Amino acid sequence: MARMKFLCDAERCIECNACVTACKNEHEVPWGINRRRVVTINDGKPGERSISVACMHCSDAPCIAVCPVDCIYNTEEGVVLHSKDLCIGCGYCFYACPFGAPQFPAVGNFGSRGKMDKCTFCAGGPDVDNSAEEYRKYGRNRLAEGKLPLCAEMCATKALLAGDGDVVSDIYRERVVSRGFGSGAWGWGRAYPGAPS
Amino acid sequence: MTEGTTMIRVKVETVCARLLPVAAGVVFLISMIVIDASREAQAQSSVRPPAGATSNAVPRALSRSNAPSRANFPTNISEGKVPGGSLGNRSNSEMWRAVRQGISGTVSIPDKKAGQLVQSEGDNFRSWKNGPLANWGAWGMAGTIGLLLLFFLIRGRVRIDAGRCGRTVTRFGDFERMGHWLLAISFIILAITGLNVSYGKYVIMPVLGKPAFAAITELGKWLHNYVAFAFMAGLVMIFLAWVKDNLPSRYDFIWVAKGGGLFAKGVHPPAKKFNFGQKIIFWLVILGGASLALSGIALLFPFQTAMFAKTFVILNAIGFNLPTELSPLQEMQIATLWHSGVALILIGVIFAHIYIGTLGMEGAFDAMGSGEVDENWAKEHHSVWFEETAKATSSESSESPKPTPAE
Repeated sequence: MARMKFLCDAERCIECNACVTACKNEHEVPWGINRRRVVTINDGKPGERSISVACMHCSDAPCIAVCPVDCIYNTEEGVVLHSKDLCIGCGYCFYACPFGAPQFPAVGNFGSRGKMDKCTFCAGGPDVDNSAEEYRKYGRNRLAEGKLPLCAEMCATKALLAGDGDVVSDIYRERVVSRGFGSGAWGWGRAYPGAPS
Repeated sequence: MTEGTTMIRVKVETVCARLLPVAAGVVFLISMIVIDASREAQAQSSVRPPAGATSNAVPRALSRSNAPSRANFPTNISEGKVPGGSLGNRSNSEMWRAVRQGISGTVSIPDKKAGQLVQSEGDNFRSWKNGPLANWGAWGMAGTIGLLLLFFLIRGRVRIDAGRCGRTVTRFGDFERMGHWLLAISFIILAITGLNVSYGKYVIMPVLGKPAFAAITELGKWLHNYVAFAFMAGLVMIFLAWVKDNLPSRYDFIWVAKGGGLFAKGVHPPAKKFNFGQKIIFWLVILGGASLALSGIALLFPFQTAMFAKTFVILNAIGFNLPTELSPLQEMQIATLWHSGVALILIGVIFAHIYIGTLGMEGAFDAMGSGEVDENWAKEHHSVWFEETAKATSSESSESPKPTPAE
C-alpha cells in the first residue's frame, strides 16, 4: 500500500499560489478557510524562500492524539481524515497541529467555531466515496477517482509533490543529487520521524 | 502535424482580415508552440549561463526526460564535484533551522497567524495534555477517593457524640444556601462535562460508540460553556456571604494542633462559624474557581485575551523565568492546560468536601440541606459560633422577637 505524502521543494516554489487557488476551487472550500497556504520566508530579501503548506498527514498525528471525540483518523494510505459528523468544534486539533492545518469556519465566541476543516489529500472523508454528501462536507475525493491531489497536479514548477512517499522521495532524491549539497525536504523530519529534515 | 499547422494558418489568415491585432497575438502564440516543439533540435543558445555560473536549476543533460538513471551522470562525481557543476549554495540551513523553531513568514491570505510554518508548542500541548495532565489527574482523583475510603474504613462516620437533642439552630440562611447550591450544581455539571472531554474518549466512547458519544460530548460542550456563568455567579455569592468568616483566627492554630479532631473520637477543637479545614476549602474554591473562571473566559473568547503573558510578567517579577511573548495560539494552549489542571485539583478537593458534608459526618448535611443544624452538632463542631449565636438569639428574643436575618 502506498504511503501518501506531500513534499514542497523550496528551491522551486515561486509563490504563485496556484495550489491554494486550485484547492479552494476543487473543494469549494468555505470563505475564510485555507486548506493550503503559501508562506514566504525573508520576503523581498536575499535568500527568499516560499513553501506551500497544508496538512502533512503525519504518521503520529498530534491532532488525532488530542481529539476528545476521536473523529480524526489515519487511512491505510497514511492520509489523515476526519468526520465532520463527530467533530464538536473544540479546537484542540488546531492547538496541537505543528503546521496549522486544522481550521474552523468561524472564530466564534462560546465555542461556536463550527466543524473543523482541513486538507484531505483530496481523499474526501468517511462518507461514501464521491457521494454528494462527501463532496459537501469534505470536497472532492480525487484519490477515489484514481487521481492525485490537485494542488500538486497544478503546480507549474513541480515544487509541490504529492503521492506515494517512495515515488516522491525518488523524484526529490534525484533533484538533490543533481543540485548537490543543501536541499533539505521541508517538514519531513517532523511529520515522518526517521526521514531527514 | 504539418497538415494541422496548415489548417490553423488558413484559419488565421481568414480571421486576419477582420481582427488584425488579435490575430497577431494568436500567431505569436502558435509560433511559440512551434518553436518550443522544435527546440530539441536547436543547438546551445546564448541564454545558457556561462560555464562558471552556479545555479540550482537542473542542467538539461541531467533532466528527468533525458537521463533519469544514475549511469548517465558524469564520471567526475568521485572527484567531489557536484554533477553538472551546479552547487546548492543557496540553501541556508540556518534559515530552515529557524523555520523549524517557529519563525513566521508572510502570507497573502487574510489570516496572518498562518505565517508560522512550524509551531512546536503544539507538541508540548499534546504531550502535557495526554501525558502528565491526564495521568496525574486520573491518579489524583483515584487517590483522593482511595484515601477517603481508607479514612471511612478506619475512622468511620463522625457521629454526634452527644446524639441529636432535637432542637435546631439556623446555620445557613437562604442566600448562603442558594449561593452554595448554585455553585455546587453548576460545578458538578461542569466537572462531569469537563471530565468527559478529557477522559470520555477512553471510558465512555468504547461503551456508547462514536456517534452517540460525539453527540453527548457536543451537548456537554454547550452545557459547559453556558453553565459556566452560573458557576461564576455562585462563586461571587459565596464569596460575599462567607469571606468575613473565613479570615484567619486564633482557633485555627488549635484546630491544626488537634488535627481537626478528625483522627480521634471525642476530640472537638473549638471553632467559629468555619473551622480551619473549611477555610482551606473556601479559599481553594475561591482562588481555584476564580482562576477557572478567568481561564474559562479566555477559552470562551478565543484569541482575544493575553492573560498568561500578563500573569507571567508578574510572576517573573518575583523570580520566575517564564516567557512573556506568547502568541495567541500559545495563550489558548496554556489556558486549556491550566483550566484542566486547576479543575482536576478542585475536583479532588470537592470529593473530600462532598464526603465530609454527607457520608463522613452525621448532621453535617442539614447545614446546607434545611439550613438548620442540631444544637448538639453545633456545640461539638462549631462551639464558639454556637455560643455567639445562642447569645445573640437569646438577647434578641429578650428584647424583641425579631427573626434572625438571613445572611
